[in-house]
Amino acid sequence: MGSLRKSFCGWGRYPVQECVSWRPEKASGLLLTDPMILRGQGRSYGDAALNENGNIVLTERVNRFLEFDADSGLLRAEAGVTLQEIVDICLPQGWFLPVTPGTKFVSLGGCIAADVHGKNHHLDGAFSSFVENISLMLADGSVLNCSAQENSDVYWATVGGMGLTGAILDVTLRLKQVETAYMGVQNVKAVDLEQAFTILSEENNDNAYSVAWIDCMARGRRLGRSVVMHGRHAGSEELSSSDKALELKPRKSRSLPMDFPSWILNPLSISVFNAIYYRREGGKQKPFIADIDSYFYPLDSIHHWNRMYGKKGFVQYQCVLPSKSAFEGLKGILERLAGSRRSSFLAVLKRMGPGSNGLLSFPMEGFTLALDLPLRGKDIFMLLDQLDEQVIKAGGRVYLAKDARLNRDSFNAMYPRIDEWREIKQKIDPENRFTSSMARRLGMVQA
Amino acid sequence: MSKPGQKILVLGATSAMAKGTASALAARGDALYLAGRDSDELMRIASDLSVRYRVPTHHGVFDISDLDSHAAFVDQVVSALGGLDGVVLAAGYMADQPDAAADFALVEKMVRVNYLGAMSVLDHCAAVLKASGQGFIVGISSVAGDRGRQSNFYYGSSKAGFTAYLSGLRNSLANSGVQVLTVKPGFVDTAMTYGIEGMFLVASPKDIGHQIVRAVEKKRDTVYLPWFWRYIMLIIRHIPEIVFKRLKL
Repeated sequence: MGSLRKSFCGWGRYPVQECVSWRPEKASGLLLTDPMILRGQGRSYGDAALNENGNIVLTERVNRFLEFDADSGLLRAEAGVTLQEIVDICLPQGWFLPVTPGTKFVSLGGCIAADVHGKNHHLDGAFSSFVENISLMLADGSVLNCSAQENSDVYWATVGGMGLTGAILDVTLRLKQVETAYMGVQNVKAVDLEQAFTILSEENNDNAYSVAWIDCMARGRRLGRSVVMHGRHAGSEELSSSDKALELKPRKSRSLPMDFPSWILNPLSISVFNAIYYRREGGKQKPFIADIDSYFYPLDSIHHWNRMYGKKGFVQYQCVLPSKSAFEGLKGILERLAGSRRSSFLAVLKRMGPGSNGLLSFPMEGFTLALDLPLRGKDIFMLLDQLDEQVIKAGGRVYLAKDARLNRDSFNAMYPRIDEWREIKQKIDPENRFTSSMARRLGMVQA
Repeated sequence: MSKPGQKILVLGATSAMAKGTASALAARGDALYLAGRDSDELMRIASDLSVRYRVPTHHGVFDISDLDSHAAFVDQVVSALGGLDGVVLAAGYMADQPDAAADFALVEKMVRVNYLGAMSVLDHCAAVLKASGQGFIVGISSVAGDRGRQSNFYYGSSKAGFTAYLSGLRNSLANSGVQVLTVKPGFVDTAMTYGIEGMFLVASPKDIGHQIVRAVEKKRDTVYLPWFWRYIMLIIRHIPEIVFKRLKL
């Protein structure tokens, strides 16, 4: 196999590190004899799929569909398959992803490694809730079948385990049956954070999905001003007769051709954008129909949108706080952010349901807030360290798939089951053949 | 124009180029029989094509160097597919020149796989197609067969033999309605060539696959893939031997 040494980075484009990459064509080529980490679509934001001066193995060509039963919705595929491919093939047959993150340009393996969640977490849980089983190639080359029932210790170390337990070969996933490729959407304005919490907490509606977009530039009495966006799968009777129920119209996609100069995103431009967005989205008071693509993946139509943040990149800070401390805690974080004159271009708030058994899985019952912050100067890291303290005090944690800068002590405090995880890691990979820049930074494995 | 829904045998189906070609064929609705040595890998490729394109796929273990097995194997393929409309031969073996120079068994293996085995299995296939008076044979040869160079002439000469065989086969089938297409690929972007310096002329297996299917549909005889290799090889073939023999190629 040939290898290529070059600079790699995650979606946030920070940090950038030299790695030696390999690109096998078969599942058996996924395991190297030297320390390595697997990399799917490289959509984690920080250093989860980086291994500075070490090996990374690209899974993009180990992407075969193995079985799809259009009656039961059971899908078996190799871990390099992307969610986009699944949607393209299964949606026309009436099946959709049971859980999807905000982009479909991610691999199945990555979804398990990060135990990703979607807008329906409060009802349906994380990605792992729909995984029937996986086959995992361990450091010694043996292949283990794992699920919540079989080898469950290894399974729950792998779910959210950031690729450090082994190489996921095949995944069996239970898809969700849908009648159409469309969503019924209802936007609701919330004048402040309290109202946003109230709306998100309502158990009333039959909306499977909900998320609030926050105008981060609103301060004082209007802190947390937002638009809550509810969605549910639309029935075929709701469509106009010209729409084919299960057919997605091809979507125009654009690409950002180059890095924006970093001054383009400044407090003024961000606040103008947020104000316009609030008026536009909040102005839609009547329910409307949107196709699945534009509802779940609004940013996927702009390739390389991460270039918007300029060459220096950005960090995404996503934290979750448990229900009882969530309101005060997130309010404190938004206030701290507003006070720092740091502006977040995009801020998203969502309610989460109970967590999974994944030892390092991110979701917990409560509320999660995600902020995109352009990287400018060192003080951004100081600010985020302060936010970490607030998160720990509230009993919450930050999302590793988005992280590029958390420190070890904070990590240990946020993930109390890390010792159980380390025990399993020690048992199945005592020599740390699976390692990454993130794993060393956070002390998940010894450096 | 060839019609979709044809029955096609792909030999050496686990190679990157065969995978690209098989998916281009499946995309137009063809039924496939995938043959090769790695049965688990064949199963994965076959399942993938049948899920993605909803076409019938079969697969079976086939060893091109086991000449005695070829007749029965081709019979088995014809009965599994219920006929035969086309064959793509992508099986091939390349040992590095220094290794081959040091171990003649590797040279023998290259000749057996790339030349002897290829002739044997394609003869059986050609007989079936000729009898039905239609169909196509695609032989994946190599630009390395156009002129022997010191850096890989054992491999190159096995491919040169294969290229000459294909040209003769095309001649002999010209009046029986069977098309023979010789494909001469340059560098293809695979796990093997990944990251090798100077691989600026690589083509993705997917593109190559589409172009092979297009060449079949356009009834071409010989194609270089990507196209510019035709001109590179035109130059290389025309360098006078007195100069060529001193070049470090």
